[in-house]
Amino acid sequence: MTADLGTADLVTADLGTAVLEAPVLETKGLCKNFGALVVARDIDFALDAGARHAVIGPNGAGKTTFVNLLTGALPPTSGSVLLDGRDIAALAEHERVKRGLVRTFQINTLFNGLTVLENIYLTVAERMGVAAGLFRPVGSRPEVVAEAERLVEMVQLQDDAGRTIDELPYGRQRLVEIAIALALDPRVLLLDEPSAGVPGAESHIILDAVAALPADIAIMIIEHDMDVVFRFAERITVLVSGAVLASGPPEEIAADERVRAVYLGQGHG
Amino acid sequence: MTGSPPRTNNGAAAALLRAHRFRAIELIPWILAIAVYFLFPGYRLLATQILVLILFAISLDLIVGYAGIVSLGHAAFFGTGAYTAALLADAGWQEPISALALGAVTAGLLGWVSGWIILRTRELTLLMLTMALGIILYELAKDLDDITGGFDGINFENSAILGLFPFDVLYYTTNYWYAFAFLVLGFLVARTVVYAPFGRSLVGIRENVRRMHAIGTPVQQRMRHVYVIAAMIAGVAGAIWVQVQGNITIGVYEFEMSGNILIMLILGGTGRLYGAFVGVTVFTILENLTETVLGTDPPYWELVVGVALIVTVLFAPRGLLGVFDPLIRRFRERTP
Repeated sequence: MTADLGTADLVTADLGTAVLEAPVLETKGLCKNFGALVVARDIDFALDAGARHAVIGPNGAGKTTFVNLLTGALPPTSGSVLLDGRDIAALAEHERVKRGLVRTFQINTLFNGLTVLENIYLTVAERMGVAAGLFRPVGSRPEVVAEAERLVEMVQLQDDAGRTIDELPYGRQRLVEIAIALALDPRVLLLDEPSAGVPGAESHIILDAVAALPADIAIMIIEHDMDVVFRFAERITVLVSGAVLASGPPEEIAADERVRAVYLGQGHG
Repeated sequence: MTGSPPRTNNGAAAALLRAHRFRAIELIPWILAIAVYFLFPGYRLLATQILVLILFAISLDLIVGYAGIVSLGHAAFFGTGAYTAALLADAGWQEPISALALGAVTAGLLGWVSGWIILRTRELTLLMLTMALGIILYELAKDLDDITGGFDGINFENSAILGLFPFDVLYYTTNYWYAFAFLVLGFLVARTVVYAPFGRSLVGIRENVRRMHAIGTPVQQRMRHVYVIAAMIAGVAGAIWVQVQGNITIGVYEFEMSGNILIMLILGGTGRLYGAFVGVTVFTILENLTETVLGTDPPYWELVVGVALIVTVLFAPRGLLGVFDPLIRRFRERTP
């Protein structure tokens, strides 16, 4: 009996380490073609728990396509996406969200005619599983509204809560993107150029919000601004023409000749 | 984030929390509907038709105005509810309310099945498919004229409502209140659904489908649910339409039915439920005035509809009710 228990403990311990070490999100040989155009070429990628992982690359490298392949917005031509070690090919985009795989959009993708609070409300209602409710009105679910308010305050948009997205400057709209992502209680967060389109003077608001994200969320950030990348990322993957050129810690990437060539080449172009 | 968080967004939260509450102004259409019965007894037939068409337009508003699914074949559900009630009565099932309920069921089933295909598509394809469904059913009803009565139609009788109030095809007394009661009921269902989280998520689908997928909404399923609800309400409207007349023809499936109800809804304003009341009333009264003044031959009426629609789209793109939006907003801003 005792011996059996001992073995069981050992097995559990092994499993424990295995779970800890396994990447939360992983791709194996991920490929995507649009006809003859190859936009993702055999991508092997791993995002560890609590990671801060930047994906960089020149324009047209396939970074947003990669995000779309991860979220299920695009079906891959071949290869697999694994969440917690399980292949999620069969899961639709909204089912992946329910499992904690959340993204933001490079170009604001919000409910423009609705107020900031309503934008967050819709998201919270969906996460709490009440969004399909046919009878009890929104107004008699104060707990959902309160949670939406909390998230609005988290990104410091309380003064704009009653304004529609249309009425907000672009930078603040970006914050709504982040608040919506947070409202979904993500375990894995894919940030697609969070500060894209934001005037330089305002971009620090976004970057502060990104830096303040809870440490236990595994974050993949796509970014063009190298200052942001090197300030934020603990690991960097370089995509060029849909393929991984290099992947490693920032200092290694900074020293990589091939990466320098890509960026220098682009600088001259 | 030290101490208690700032709460300057109370206005927005309060607005969200009280959005569903009834306002005094919402009594106006109902008071008018009751007044019309007593003030214009000679127009009860027309007024009854208006009530039924309002219910039909409300059902269309659920999918067009809220979920953003534009349909040119909504008569498919109207007609199916109508034929269910009429054929049941013709076969001897003369109790009107159960026949109407079964009409809602058959229309809902049609919505469930057709929605499975139609809602997989988007925009123009979707529009064409809704239209195709309407046309198929119309042609089917035309071919099966030994069952449907074709162009000549079928006359049928219903028993008294609850065994107490017989239909009156001459003076439209019971008929009017029958339509009125189901309009109230249908409206309350629609209003409840619209202010529930479900209805809000439909607005989300209309505003931005991609975002809805990305917040974890099963978009397909939600659209199918509203499609069935709208189909059932349209089925009820169709059933009442023929029950109050004691007669049915394949006109209930006609494309014109689908087209006109969409025009009426756009005229009044989509996505606000009350647009249906305004659009249907204005359209129907205008139609009757034109026909009374100018006659039906040639049909000047179609010209009037055309002009009315162009004027609306150009000067009141949000419908006749939308014209008041800026005024209301200014009023709200001045009164805290």
